[in-house]
Amino acid sequence: MKSVLYIIVGTFLGVILYKSEAASWFRIYEMFQFDSFHMYGIIGSALAVGIVLVQWIKRSKVKSFFGEPINIQDKERSFTRYIIGGTLFGLGWALGGACPGPMYILAGAGYWPILIVLFGAVMGAFIYGILRDKLPH
Amino acid sequence: MLYQPWPWYIAGPLIALVMAVLILMGKRFGMSSNLETFCSIGGAGKFTDYFKVDLKSRRWNLLVVLGSVIGGFLGARVLSPNPAVQISEKTVAKLNELGFESAGTAYLPTELFSLEALAHPTVWILLLVAGFLVGFGTRYAGGCTSGHAISGLSNLQRPSLIAVIGFFIGGLIMVHIIFPLIFGS
Repeated sequence: MKSVLYIIVGTFLGVILYKSEAASWFRIYEMFQFDSFHMYGIIGSALAVGIVLVQWIKRSKVKSFFGEPINIQDKERSFTRYIIGGTLFGLGWALGGACPGPMYILAGAGYWPILIVLFGAVMGAFIYGILRDKLPH
Repeated sequence: MLYQPWPWYIAGPLIALVMAVLILMGKRFGMSSNLETFCSIGGAGKFTDYFKVDLKSRRWNLLVVLGSVIGGFLGARVLSPNPAVQISEKTVAKLNELGFESAGTAYLPTELFSLEALAHPTVWILLLVAGFLVGFGTRYAGGCTSGHAISGLSNLQRPSLIAVIGFFIGGLIMVHIIFPLIFGS
């Protein structure tokens, strides 16, 4: 039953990101050209609602749907890994026009060349895992 | 309405809702950790302990991935009679100048994402490099757009703000400095 719920949530996410064109290479390019408010509107309004929801979840100490306590982990404190990793991610995001979520969505939409991007992404994650101990974090 | 492109003020709050539902299911909203799960499934644990994980604990997120594939199919094949993305005219002009004739008429540039484009080895390299940077970068930074820009910033995390600033530094360098070099000629 839980499995079906995760699939439904994913399906919902896929439809939203496809229909809002956040999964479009063109919208990502346009965002980095500052030519439209569209992507900023999506991220900004997601954040405005997201901050309220997360604060409510934290303060009300509401239990999960399955009765377990909810623990939202803080991100590990650092600067180096976030700025270097983030910049590398940004380079790829703009070139491929897709972050990890939209890669799966575009595969479902039938844009097969995205599978090459996805393969590259899995390779990137693999090489990170191999080099991890040698990289500054 | 459903068949038109959805406006930002509908999409943004719905994305926040997806995040909240996942938190209320005792999980989190993060798509890039699935890339590591794929490595683990492919046997990457033989190379480094980093990929030795309990796959059962990752199963829920793979189901979210499966759902997004279905969602992409529905969004494209059922809910979108017209795939053209109405980007601004300024953007169309800039892209035409770079050689992207499909700007304003397609969902993804056919110059990179059509089967015909795959006849060019350069396109393969660009797509592979793009993916590699996303995969390496997101794991280095510990999250992508969902994990940092949406979840992390919603939880007012300073590390996520640094990561998002990095996303923009990288994106701006790519679009403004590197694009004219690789597509301009």
